[in-house]
Amino acid sequence: MTPSANHQPYDVIIVGSGAAGGQSAYTLCMEGAKVLMLEAGRDYVPEHETPMFQTPDQAPLRGVSTPEKDFGFYDSTIDGGWTVPGEPYVQSTADPHGRFAWWRARMLGGRTNHWGRISLRNGSYDFKPHRRDGLGFDWPISYEDVAPYYDKVERLIGVYGTSEGLENTPNSPEGCLLPPPAPLVSDYLVQQRAGRLGIPIVAGHRAVLTRQLDFKRSPALLHPGNLKAQKIIAEHMRQRAACFWATDCGRGCSIRANYQSTTVHLPPALATGNLNIVTNAMVSEVVLGRNGLAKGVKYIDKISGREHVAAARVVVLAASACETVRILLNSKSAQFPEGLANSSGKVGRYLMDTVGSSVSGQVPLLESLPPLNEDGASGHAFYAPWWLYQDQQKGKMDFARGYHIEFGGGRRMPNFGTLHGLESITQGSYGKKLKEDARRYYGSFVGFDGRGEMIPNENSYCEIDPVVKDRWGIPVLRFHWQWSDHETRQAAHMQKTFAGIIEAMGGKVSGAVKTDGAEAIAPGGFIIHEVGGARMGESRQTSVTNQWCQTWDVKNLFLNDGAVFVSNADKNPTLTIMALAWRASDHIAQLMRRKEL
Amino acid sequence: MTDRRTTIKWMLAAATSMPWLHHAAAEEVTASVPAPNGYGYDPNLTKLYRPGDVWPLTLSAAQRRTAGALCNVILPGDDRSPGAESVGVVDFIDEWVSAPYPRQLKDRPIVLEGLAWMDAEALLRFKKDFAELDDPRQHAICDDICYEPKAEVKFARAAKFFTRYRDLTVGGFYSTPSGHKDLGYIGNVPLARFDGPPMELLRKLGLGPQPS
Repeated sequence: MTPSANHQPYDVIIVGSGAAGGQSAYTLCMEGAKVLMLEAGRDYVPEHETPMFQTPDQAPLRGVSTPEKDFGFYDSTIDGGWTVPGEPYVQSTADPHGRFAWWRARMLGGRTNHWGRISLRNGSYDFKPHRRDGLGFDWPISYEDVAPYYDKVERLIGVYGTSEGLENTPNSPEGCLLPPPAPLVSDYLVQQRAGRLGIPIVAGHRAVLTRQLDFKRSPALLHPGNLKAQKIIAEHMRQRAACFWATDCGRGCSIRANYQSTTVHLPPALATGNLNIVTNAMVSEVVLGRNGLAKGVKYIDKISGREHVAAARVVVLAASACETVRILLNSKSAQFPEGLANSSGKVGRYLMDTVGSSVSGQVPLLESLPPLNEDGASGHAFYAPWWLYQDQQKGKMDFARGYHIEFGGGRRMPNFGTLHGLESITQGSYGKKLKEDARRYYGSFVGFDGRGEMIPNENSYCEIDPVVKDRWGIPVLRFHWQWSDHETRQAAHMQKTFAGIIEAMGGKVSGAVKTDGAEAIAPGGFIIHEVGGARMGESRQTSVTNQWCQTWDVKNLFLNDGAVFVSNADKNPTLTIMALAWRASDHIAQLMRRKEL
Repeated sequence: MTDRRTTIKWMLAAATSMPWLHHAAAEEVTASVPAPNGYGYDPNLTKLYRPGDVWPLTLSAAQRRTAGALCNVILPGDDRSPGAESVGVVDFIDEWVSAPYPRQLKDRPIVLEGLAWMDAEALLRFKKDFAELDDPRQHAICDDICYEPKAEVKFARAAKFFTRYRDLTVGGFYSTPSGHKDLGYIGNVPLARFDGPPMELLRKLGLGPQPS
């Protein structure tokens, strides 16, 4: 992992090592391509660095969030968060509703180390949303184009869940999904009471191994005819342990029981002998050759501060939607004065996040339960897929797109905040009474999070700030953000729905239900489902890439990450990012074999 | 671990109070500088930390004595678990009010002023420091400030302190192995299998897998 390794000839340079970079490297290396991966953060080894059984009292400040560890001390994100020292970004307005918060993780594996592991397939409606309701845009591909890659990704990374045959909530073929984990007491209660309100509660889908992967059958299905690839992935599937039902997935997993690029994609890719990873390599731009093709990339070695150029036949950007956009916009030339691959003017446009809103409540039925180990698979045994497609189709709703519900309760490891705010229930008890109250109320809280679709709009985008540069001298992004009524009304609907479920459970909502959607909705970027900014499409006039993530303007430049998303369904984007990256990488390998690249 | 919901709540609160760098009229730079004396953006996550390891503790011996007495009034020892002071909650509160981060810097004057008020009130009512009072006298003061909605106007500020201090004590105590044991938390151990709640408990609650 040294910059000097750059001198050998590479077939492909991949910028970024997260879900998209990891999947692209995995697929291309298995297909025999020589790959150089450039990661802006440091090397990261989950097997040694994950705080698996540490308790909050072993961390500074009982592990609470600080500006240096935004999701708490034990969250696996390092050198990242809402802010990165020396790497600012700019807001175009001081209005809190017009801001976009950008989560970055400068580390090998990027944000896959800490993510929620929720892995949902987009459905057939989700690829053709404009056709259904006239809003947003359609993808140039349909569910059927992506389905085989969803199958492959589920088999490779390991996703638990069930196939329920619900509307726009695709089934997985037999053998793709692992069995879901046992639900908790609170899960059963939500299922029963939300069920009475007509809200379907079914098994969640998460990238956690509830049992060992099928290393006998899956390798041949993943890599038909490729014996070397089959042998390597069989070995790595064997090495990954099944979940041992303890420790929070957000810390990462030293036994490789959940999906992180660093434990699932990169080790087999490295085992091919075809992958070279250079960390601390901050890519500033794609270098364009005189022939109009990408020659390689320019990057700064963060340790020495020196600039390097790496060359390859193909360049894949997988740096996260916004970082990929930033690299394109900073790659200016006579041919592309507005940024590389930006003849459409669409680079940076139609940035999306997910609509988020939360309500929690206290439920007397769950008080004073006997001691139970409810660590489970660290949450999300169940979820509720969107259930009102028909009402929307009939024009009965005041917003266009759906959301799913994530929820959690149970006797999870008590931390600093677990028993805060009890005084509204206990009338300010203290002393022996408070100890009794704590025993009574611990485990009786249930929280609900809505995750909904945002429709792309003209006012949510990013561009290069004309003034501010980061510590490496690279111009930074400036964000513009606006929710439409579809999103804010959806957030208000979430609030009412969650309050209704809590009441149906015999519980009481903590705090106030926010009926004003603009107040109920989490600010842009907060859900960390940043997608869009270089969408794929049918034509070079209205989109940045074709359906293969290949830029219209530069045929050996591919955008394999969330930047190409045309819409952002309520389904968390990571599984789709991986499926599209695999599909694009297959296409790259095919074009290289045909000498078309 | 702090979940996303908690973090978002905290971020929303912080967003209104954090100073932002301006470089042009309507534009804001979202930047960050590591806190002096903080643990930085890349701390060793597997190391075991004790209060005082990363930044120095700052409470005086007298402040710690009052802090300990109040911790034990809020969470005294009983047959299930020891009092809060004996499991290191004063060290934790000292670490908290000495920390270089915005949320803790905001709590520091509330806690310091509150501890001073406890002693001043004890002296006024009973001519002794708070830590030297017997249980009934300590309770006489705490009863007046333990619930903000019912506190008299003259105790409003002290009641606000008490609410915050109770959360610090509760958070400090129940996040320790002693607190975990007291609550009946029996997780954080590797299991060969996870079967979920026992059937008889589900039946008692009228719950269970839906008949298929």
